[in-house]
Formats: sequence, structure tokens, C-alpha cells
Amino acid sequence: MKMKLHRKIFMIALLIFFYAPILYIIIFSFNDSRSLTNLSGFSLQWYEKMFHDDTMMGSVFYTILIAVLATVISTIIGTITAIGLSKSRRLIRNLVEQVNELPIMNPEIVTAIGLLMFFSALHMKKGFLTLLAAHIMFCIPYVILSINPKLRSLNPNLADAAMDLGATPWQAMIKVIVPQIMPGIISGALIAFTMSFDDFIISYFVTGNGVSNISITVYTMSKRVNPSINALSTLIIIILTVVLLLANIIPALIDKKNKTQKNKEMYE
Amino acid sequence: MILVPMLLIVLYAFTRKGNDVTTFLFTLENFKKFFSDTIFLEVLWRSLRVAIETTIVCILIGYPAAYFISKSQEEVKMRWVLLITIPTWINMLVRTYAWIGILQDDGIINSILGVFGISPLTMLHTDFAVVLGMVYNFIPFMILQIYTSLTKMDHSLIEAASDLGANKFESFLRVTLPLSLPGIISGITLVFLPAVSSFFIPKLLGGGQYVLIGTVIESQFLTSGDWNFGSAISLIMALIIMVSMYLTRKVDRGEQSETGVL
Repeated sequence: MKMKLHRKIFMIALLIFFYAPILYIIIFSFNDSRSLTNLSGFSLQWYEKMFHDDTMMGSVFYTILIAVLATVISTIIGTITAIGLSKSRRLIRNLVEQVNELPIMNPEIVTAIGLLMFFSALHMKKGFLTLLAAHIMFCIPYVILSINPKLRSLNPNLADAAMDLGATPWQAMIKVIVPQIMPGIISGALIAFTMSFDDFIISYFVTGNGVSNISITVYTMSKRVNPSINALSTLIIIILTVVLLLANIIPALIDKKNKTQKNKEMYE
Repeated sequence: MILVPMLLIVLYAFTRKGNDVTTFLFTLENFKKFFSDTIFLEVLWRSLRVAIETTIVCILIGYPAAYFISKSQEEVKMRWVLLITIPTWINMLVRTYAWIGILQDDGIINSILGVFGISPLTMLHTDFAVVLGMVYNFIPFMILQIYTSLTKMDHSLIEAASDLGANKFESFLRVTLPLSLPGIISGITLVFLPAVSSFFIPKLLGGGQYVLIGTVIESQFLTSGDWNFGSAISLIMALIIMVSMYLTRKVDRGEQSETGVL
């Protein structure tokens, strides 16, 4: 069925609504003047300013470092927890799964102040460590949630079979269970990375001591007109688009390759 | 192998203990302060109003969008879903920041209006700007939720409805709409929840004077340092959210059992 004209117009208007602000930022990052409203000419001065701005570059560095560390750590912890849960009693599993959903269902600001008070109760100084710990904590539930469905569809006898064949529990987990749930782990890690990379509210509450990520920098700098933010935003947009396109294209390519191979095998 | 995750779970439980410790600490003073002060009640009312407006706009725009996508061809579908998902991957703050320039008094919208001889409108720092910012940030979730429930639907049901003499409008109203209700409900959850608690959208687009419950909580914690009062407010907010979620779910279930009877 072809899209009717009025539908097309509606959808195109929606797309303009979605993408105009993003284009707007990209265009104005090349603007000659400070103005956010008048284009006066092409220049790269805001990019130059951005690369010479220590706070901005520092926040880019921290954002990437924290996102990578939080993704790796939360994926490992989340995977182990999910596997452990699938082996524990129903009551405990249900309880933990309920607890696990709390930070997802709760408004982010509530999680943020909870963590803030938690860190201060432990007398942890706000800074890099609290930021990293907070990111790990809010990423874990998403990892568990994306692994759980895969675990549920797994044959529960697989691990037992592996152990009957002489594998230690650890070997059974690494060699049998983990490869089976790999797609869930990967999508969990991807969600964790984007959540951490984009987080503002929780980071804003738990950080301190000059450590800030891109979102916090944009927020504090947006109080004054500062076109370097446009340059920084454009940079983030480009990085994220490339990463996500790769993440979407690569599995599709692998899929295609597998399919053609399978087809070949079938013909042979 | 079971012990490790168990220890982690204990650690997990501890992270949420942060909340519990304060609930033990505060007296009813803080709640009294909130409910006796009309300013805070006004703020609460405004937050709820903005969130409800945002949710309604998201449904009104999001439903037709999801419906049109679900009606298009298979390949086109995936492309549309991707096009709607991509903006959500880009930092919310960055996308909200873009609207500051667009909505300004001498911004691009007013320039376009000027061409048609319409005098500039003040848009930044108004309710309109805040709702717009929220709709812009949260509508993809609504569209995707409704879209998923529409694609899961059994299309033979619509054929059956038209076979039984329903016209297009009737079959939409009596078959498609009720069946996509779970999608609308979870869409509402995903829009209403962040809209009530959001604090940077009102701060950026509403200006410093524009106070919502999220901004109150933020200032209690980071500026005036009254953590007890701040936690009391967030507890009230969490409670309101939970009650409204419970109510929407109940409506959902009620509808489902009704269709079950049919």
C-alpha cells in the first residue's frame, strides 16, 4: 500500500520537527559570529575554541572514559547477576527483579538524589569515583533486563550437561551459557554505553571536584551564549551517529554473510 | 557461582538504602511544609499540568504517526523506525539547547513569521516552550510503543470487522484503537514519568524563574542544601507517579477484560 499524500505531508512535517533542531546546531557551529540567530559567514573558529578549551576537552575525555569503564564493568556484573538469578529460587529471583526495575521505573532525579545521599553516607568525596560508581549502578539494571529474556529461552539442562561432561561451574558458565546469551549481552552493553554517554541528571548530582561530562558542560555553559557548545554538540552528534550506524550495519552485514553462506551450503 | 551475584545483590540493595536512611530520618515537618505552603502546591500543580499537556500532545501526534508507519510497506517501516529512533540517541541536553536559538525573539521561527507580516512572538521562557521541549524529547518513545502494539495486532481482525459491515472509521474505533491501548498506556508511562520529574528542560527553555517540581528538588539538594525537605518532595513526587501509573495500568486491565468478555 502506498502512503497517501496527507500521510506523507504529516510524516515529513514530523521529520522536520525531529531533525531541524539538530541541523540548526550543526549549521550554527560553522557560523562566523557569536549570534545564535543570524548566519553571517562560514568559519571554523568555534571548533578551534573548543579544542583549546580545557573544560570541554576534559569533559569529552571523562565522558568517553566513564562510558567505556561503566559499560565493561556493568556488563560483567549484570551478566553474572542475571545468570546467578536464573539459577536461584523463584522467590529471590522475583524479589531481585522487582528491585532491579526500581531505578528504571523511578524518575531519574529520585535515583540521582538516592545515590547522592548514599555516597555522602559513605563519606565518599564527589568526583570521578562517585560518577563512575553511579554510572555502573544505573547501567546494571538495563544489562540484566536485556539478558533475562535470552536466559529464559535457554535450556536449563545445558549447564548440567556441561558439568556432567567434566566442566567446572566456571567453565560451564563461560563456555556454554555466555556464548548462548551473547546477543543479549551485546545489546545490554550497547544500551549501557549510550545511557552512560548521554546521562545528565544522575551525573549532575553525583559529580564534583571539577570532574564533569559533556552533558554537564553543555548545561553549565548554556547559561551564556557560547557557540562552542554548537561545535561540541556537532562533534557528539557525528560520533554517536557513526557509532550507531556501525552498530546497526555490522550485525546486518554479518547476518547477510551468514545467510549467503547458508544458502551456498544448501546448494552444495 | 551463586554466591557472587548474591553478594552483588546485597550491594545492590545497599545502593537503594540511601533512600531508606532518609525516610527514617525525617519527621512529618517536611510534608507539613510542603502542603501548607501554597507556592509549593502551585509548583506541583504546574508540573502535573505541563506533564499532562505533554502526554496529550504526544498521543495526538504520536498515534497517527505510529498508525501511518504501521500501514506502510515492510522496508519503509524499518527506515521510519530508525529515523524516529536516531534523535533519541543524541544527547537530550544538546537537542534541548538547540531550541533556545530557534525560539528566541529574533530566532528562525519569528523570522519566518516576519516574512508573512506577523509580529514576533515571545516563545522562549513560556509554558509553550517547556511543553514543546518535552514533547520533542519524549515523543519518540510514544510513537515506538504504539507502533509496536499496532504491528503485533492481528490484521485479520480488521478484515473481520469490515466483513461484518463496519466502515473504516468504525473498525478503527472499535478494533484497532482498543487493541493498541496497551501501547498507548506504556507510551504514557514513558512520557509522563520523565515529564513530571524533568528539571533541565524547564530550566533551559523556561528560564530561571520557571519552577517545576524537578527544579525545586534540584535546588533543595544543590543550592539550599535542605536534603530532608528535598527528599520529602521527591517522595511525594514518586508517590504521585506510582499512583498515576497504577491507575493507568488498572484502566488498561479493565479494558482488556472488557474485550475479553466481547
